[in-house]
Amino acid sequence: MDFSSISPALLLASLMVAATPILLAGIGELVVERAGVLNLGVEGMMITGAICGFAITINTGSPTLGFVAAAAGGALLSLLFALLTQFALANQVASGLALTLFGLGLSSLLGQDYVGLKPAQTPDLHIPLLSDLPFLGTVLFSHDFMVYFGLALVAAVWAVLKYSRAGLILRAVGENHDAAHALGYKVVRIRVLAIMFGGACAGLGGAYISLIRVPQWTEGMTAGAGWIALALVVFASWKPWRVLLGAYLFGGVTVLQLNLQAAGLAIPVEYLSMSPYLITILVLVIMSADRSRAPGSLGRIFHASG
Amino acid sequence: MLKLEKRPQPSRVFAWLTPIFAVIATMIAGGLLFAALGKNPVEAIRTIFWDPLFGEFAFYYRPQLLVKGGPLILIAIGLSLGFRAGIWNIGAEGQYIVGAICGAAVGLAFYPLEAWYIFPLMILGGALGGLLWAMIPALLKVKFGTNEILVSLMLVYVAENLLAAMALGPLKNPEGHGFPGSRNLKDYPSAFNDEIITGTGMHWGVLTAFLAVIFAYILLNRHLLGFSIRLTGEAPRAARFSGVNPTRLILFCLGMSGLMAGLAGLFEVSGPSGQVSIDFNVGYGFTAIIVAFLGRLHPVGILLAGLLMALTYIGGELAQGNLGLPSAAIQLFQGMLLFFLLAVDLLTNYRVRFAKSEAA
Repeated sequence: MDFSSISPALLLASLMVAATPILLAGIGELVVERAGVLNLGVEGMMITGAICGFAITINTGSPTLGFVAAAAGGALLSLLFALLTQFALANQVASGLALTLFGLGLSSLLGQDYVGLKPAQTPDLHIPLLSDLPFLGTVLFSHDFMVYFGLALVAAVWAVLKYSRAGLILRAVGENHDAAHALGYKVVRIRVLAIMFGGACAGLGGAYISLIRVPQWTEGMTAGAGWIALALVVFASWKPWRVLLGAYLFGGVTVLQLNLQAAGLAIPVEYLSMSPYLITILVLVIMSADRSRAPGSLGRIFHASG
Repeated sequence: MLKLEKRPQPSRVFAWLTPIFAVIATMIAGGLLFAALGKNPVEAIRTIFWDPLFGEFAFYYRPQLLVKGGPLILIAIGLSLGFRAGIWNIGAEGQYIVGAICGAAVGLAFYPLEAWYIFPLMILGGALGGLLWAMIPALLKVKFGTNEILVSLMLVYVAENLLAAMALGPLKNPEGHGFPGSRNLKDYPSAFNDEIITGTGMHWGVLTAFLAVIFAYILLNRHLLGFSIRLTGEAPRAARFSGVNPTRLILFCLGMSGLMAGLAGLFEVSGPSGQVSIDFNVGYGFTAIIVAFLGRLHPVGILLAGLLMALTYIGGELAQGNLGLPSAAIQLFQGMLLFFLLAVDLLTNYRVRFAKSEAA
């Protein structure tokens, strides 16, 4: 066992990378849930985004186009969920599960010809001066653009929800859809848009795994990241900045256990691999004491005839 | 302009018709999918739904229907109890794995002793394993109000890692030349879950699944606890006023579904699969969710849905071999079925009216 091989700077730097997929998916799901919709299909949308982004990057050589495709793929798949829950008025829990099962099947079908290929590398940004700082330069300022995109997205979601009229309407729809409907807001339209935003974010998160974090395609490669993203929203009490905090916490646990595996700790690898999931459960238990922050209409079906 | 009008009560006719609509819609959409993959859609659908039952080699595939349907039905029956009450155990896959590990461990502990009581003890071990694994989300929900969906699902990943650790560690076959996986229980008569009637595919797990169907039917229709489950699902407020104890209900529903999933795991590991190996689980726990919904959470419906889903598994393998259809296509096909089912369910709860303009 050799712990000296673990460098704190690299550890923190890879923490930011490990946190980005669940951060992206989590912030998307936060918006969906603030609109009063519980979409349990995050895992399915992530894996679909992962293969869409991967396939487009392989075929065009451009990771940027790949990410665009991933967002489109995730959003497209989420439309199925929107169709079921907003127009066919189906149970949201069951529809979310269906979306996950469907997404897993769809992705492995689409991904058959892409196993074992290597995508074009997404370059790390080099910011003059900042990237050259000792320690901080490695930890904060030499990542790929998606890491910063994720951070910007959290800030944007926070600002929009808190300060803009659109954010206020979205929250109104989530807290009490009947009242929002009575005020003349288009509940279904707003929710469909929120669901698509969530789908696009989950797609980006999935593509981050297949294009940067791993980077290759294997079936079921998201390995529960979508579910961790869902737990993240609960952990965050539906507040954007806390999603960031939670994502870094989970990212930290993941990176640490991977490093311990590499350092040859005397615990079998399988037990270490359990740790992110066990930590998720632990955090859920601690956070579930406070249920007061959940949006009022979360998971309820809206039908205008009332 | 189409307008939806909520029915005062769900339509009974449509409750039985919608699963059939969903299956037909899935066949059509699936046919389009297979055509897009460059296969003959009619041939693909026939290979999946007809050949295993009535084709040339049907004598081989028909028993498989019970082998594959048994665990699906057993797990789905357990899940349906909770789903009816709005208690969502979606971690049956994990309970299935832990049941298999515990049950197999009991059997392997006795090796090479031959005795009649070993298999019953293994069944007990499997049931307890699944029950305890499901008690984790149940107790956390009761004590702390933790979301059972997320916890039960997280535990699937924990169980998968546990399975790998067991197959490579404590349960590894000491005479296995270093290969991962336990001793094969097929070579250990006292622990082997053999066919009850040779050549039918009918093993103890299938029998248990049929018993579970009867048990669930009686529970839901003739017992106060079953009434409480249905009441909680259909009118939670009324259930609380009438004195239904939600804590007891959560513990019972999650515990029961865990127990049945654990049993399914035990019967699989000691029978068709034979050993604890890294890739022992094949997703029955997740497919059972589809089975539960396809069967409309009704015991008899689940029985039929389980057999149908088993048919898609067998037909899927057949289509894979004969037509080169990718295995993922079948997974997609099953996912589609659940989609269509949820979509056509609209007809059960709402009436579709054609309205020219919104009435004031």
